[in-house]
Amino acid sequence: MNSFAANSFDLGTMDALAAGNTPLHRLDARAKLLVTLLFIVTVVSFEKYSVSALMPFVLYPVFLIAAGDLPAGYILKKALWVSPFALSVGIFNPLLDRQIVLHLGEFGISGGWLSLTSILIRFALTVSAALALVALTGVNAICEALMKWGVPRPFSVQLLFLNRFLSVLAGEAGRMTRARALRGFRKRKMGIGTFVQIAGHLLLRAVDRAERVYRAMLCRGFDGRIRLAGHSHIGGREVFFVTAWGALFALFRLTNLPVELGYLLTRIIE
Amino acid sequence: MNRPIIEAKELCYTYPDGTAALKDISFRIAQGGSVALVGENGAGKSSLLQHFTGCLLPSAGTLSIKGTMVEGKNLKAVRRAVGMLFQNPDDQLFMPTVFDDVAFGLLNTGTPENELETRVMEALGTVGAAHLRARPPYRLSQGEKRAVAIAGVLAMGPDILVMDEPTSGLDPGSRRRLIRLLKTFGHTKVIATHDMDFALETCERAMVIHRGRISADGPARVIFSDKALLERASLEPPRGYGPTGCP
Amino acid sequence: MHMADALISPAVGGAMWAVSGGLIAYSAKKVREEADDRKVPLMGVLGAFIFAAQMINFSIPATGSSGHLGGGMILSILLGPYAGFLTLASVLTIQALFFADGGLLALGCNMLNMGFFTCFIAYPLIHRRIAGNSTDGKRIMTAALLAGVAGLQLGAFAVVIETLASGISELPFRTFVLLMQPIHLAIGLVEGTVTAGIATLVMNARPEILATAGQEAPAGVSVKKTLLTFGAAAALAAGALSWFASADPDGLEWSMLKTSGKEELESGGRLHGLLDSVQKRTAFLPDYNFRKAETAEPGAGQAWPAVDKGTSAAGLIGGLLTLLLAWIAGLALRRGGVKSLSRYNRP
Repeated sequence: MNSFAANSFDLGTMDALAAGNTPLHRLDARAKLLVTLLFIVTVVSFEKYSVSALMPFVLYPVFLIAAGDLPAGYILKKALWVSPFALSVGIFNPLLDRQIVLHLGEFGISGGWLSLTSILIRFALTVSAALALVALTGVNAICEALMKWGVPRPFSVQLLFLNRFLSVLAGEAGRMTRARALRGFRKRKMGIGTFVQIAGHLLLRAVDRAERVYRAMLCRGFDGRIRLAGHSHIGGREVFFVTAWGALFALFRLTNLPVELGYLLTRIIE
Repeated sequence: MNRPIIEAKELCYTYPDGTAALKDISFRIAQGGSVALVGENGAGKSSLLQHFTGCLLPSAGTLSIKGTMVEGKNLKAVRRAVGMLFQNPDDQLFMPTVFDDVAFGLLNTGTPENELETRVMEALGTVGAAHLRARPPYRLSQGEKRAVAIAGVLAMGPDILVMDEPTSGLDPGSRRRLIRLLKTFGHTKVIATHDMDFALETCERAMVIHRGRISADGPARVIFSDKALLERASLEPPRGYGPTGCP
Repeated sequence: MHMADALISPAVGGAMWAVSGGLIAYSAKKVREEADDRKVPLMGVLGAFIFAAQMINFSIPATGSSGHLGGGMILSILLGPYAGFLTLASVLTIQALFFADGGLLALGCNMLNMGFFTCFIAYPLIHRRIAGNSTDGKRIMTAALLAGVAGLQLGAFAVVIETLASGISELPFRTFVLLMQPIHLAIGLVEGTVTAGIATLVMNARPEILATAGQEAPAGVSVKKTLLTFGAAAALAAGALSWFASADPDGLEWSMLKTSGKEELESGGRLHGLLDSVQKRTAFLPDYNFRKAETAEPGAGQAWPAVDKGTSAAGLIGGLLTLLLAWIAGLALRRGGVKSLSRYNRP
């Protein structure tokens, strides 16, 4: 039940955030999507022991969150919460890779710990950037961007429809499971049989709903093609956004700024 | 009487599983008329409404809209003439934003891009929902959803409005706004409803459907004061309307 | 078994994106050819159904753990493989966007792991062949169980391959396989049971839904076509991988050597010892490929060229400083100070 409340909350919150009105919100979805993809690819392209070199990349999600007026705590919490899989796979690295690769005074740090740290940092970076992208843009605008990029229409239209009916179906499923929980006093968790019943009936209702939606579409002249009025355009701001971040990512990728900075600092201290 | 805008002649409909939903339905509705369809659950109201948009086609008999037969080859013309409001607005609002949803029908009928904005905003303005244009439909209240669904239908410029339970799920304030709105429309209206007070306020004529047949057809005030008739059809008279005509 | 961005290299992510993108384009073409307008809303609503059903957790008998529906199989049964794949791919995309499940780069991997193997292998080659249009409960159950297990085994194996090819995780091949496959055997059985249950329920309540779905894809997918497609996809992936690998010398090849070489290092931990002995006893996949490669890599330590105290300290100090600077930049950019979330959540 908690997952329902949480997920519905997320759906609503992400949409509400996307309805904001900062310059970053108004930027064309294609520019934001492109830069975020570039960001993710650059971040994961580092070799596996990279830790310090990844640090400058924090700037991008921080920029999106700050300039986009997004609630930082919420995005961070979500970023930390998801995918136990990454951690469960990464956690073996310290056990398996015990070669000391880094010395800090008396401490030796093994490659495994370093690569685990790297995995977690990559994870936080990619996830927070992706979340910030959606919170700034909204799924619908992202779908439109995909459509303009020539993603096959059956798929992009499918994304739009899925996004539209998510909350409707999630609401139905939530009410059904709540009704079960209220009557199932003894068992806290649902058995597989009950699940099949609930999911099956949810499915039947979904099929009926699809039929009604189809009729509603026919009534308004649907002929198999979904048309969207154009909202967006690429202007100077979009070009600047893409070029500036592209250049920064290239700089971060090709030089290890933190190490340079560290040298500079240690030299000054000495 | 003018030429009827809707005319049904001995219309019958049987579902593929053999259930006879409509039997020998005949009526005429004049241009600008407003008709309430009342009857218990499963009486055949919704089946009849589906015929107006050609989502179901008569098994026997005929139905004509503006002189055009409702049949396979005429569906486009029929659907341009008839605007259908579904019972659950969630079924009807399927596009990503309110603006896109109202524009959906317009784009399908080839409205040029430069006219689109004006016509969408005009329709939204009529139902008092212009401020909702950028919202996704799932973030609207039930009353707002209903209003936007009506705007989507109005934008197509239909002659006939067909509504299935338009007051279901509405709070009293939204219901009142809907009544006021409908009274300003000059369209021919066919409204299926269980809300007898609503039917009485918005329609001059009433048809009682009982087990797939029309069991009574006449002025709404007369039908709704016939207690025996209503009881036979498992209905109750409007609360604001006793047999004597006074509350 | 969502694959995560953090665990894959751009080469693997990119290659899997290419493969999944190809599958989407191909499926979209097929769906368009079917020209069934009804499928537009049906796919959307069924995708939302899978999404909603995945939110419901149920307990798996005798284990105490909880499971949820994968959905690729039931979507294929209801929509056919092409529309089924598109629908599942859309669900995964929304999950990646909204809930950061997996991530954007790993999306291609996830579509392949969870969509391709169920919709294009397990459904047409196993489920349809056994179940056909049969109404016999046992047949339906057998078909769903076998297809469910096969789909998840293949998917889990793909996760292993993708992870290893990326070289981010240190898990040796055999250990990882031994961890993933048995877990997904259980998950596959559960998926099969649930799929069979739902399919039977739908068949009893509304037989016409399944009947129309069956008619639209009478022969399902041919074996030859599937194998050809898969072969082409694999070739494409291999091509992309080698291109990336040659363009980036410290990328793929190096990583693969690295991963495999690890088990030869001094293994002290008890868990590792345990895993190691389990491996040795139950090794069923030859690893000569990896062994041979290992000889070319004398010491794993050399892959980290500069074990230099100066660099390490500078990296640490500089890294922390960079974080601090980013933080300050963020504060400066934010105009109204810290925002409370409640503001955004008006109904």
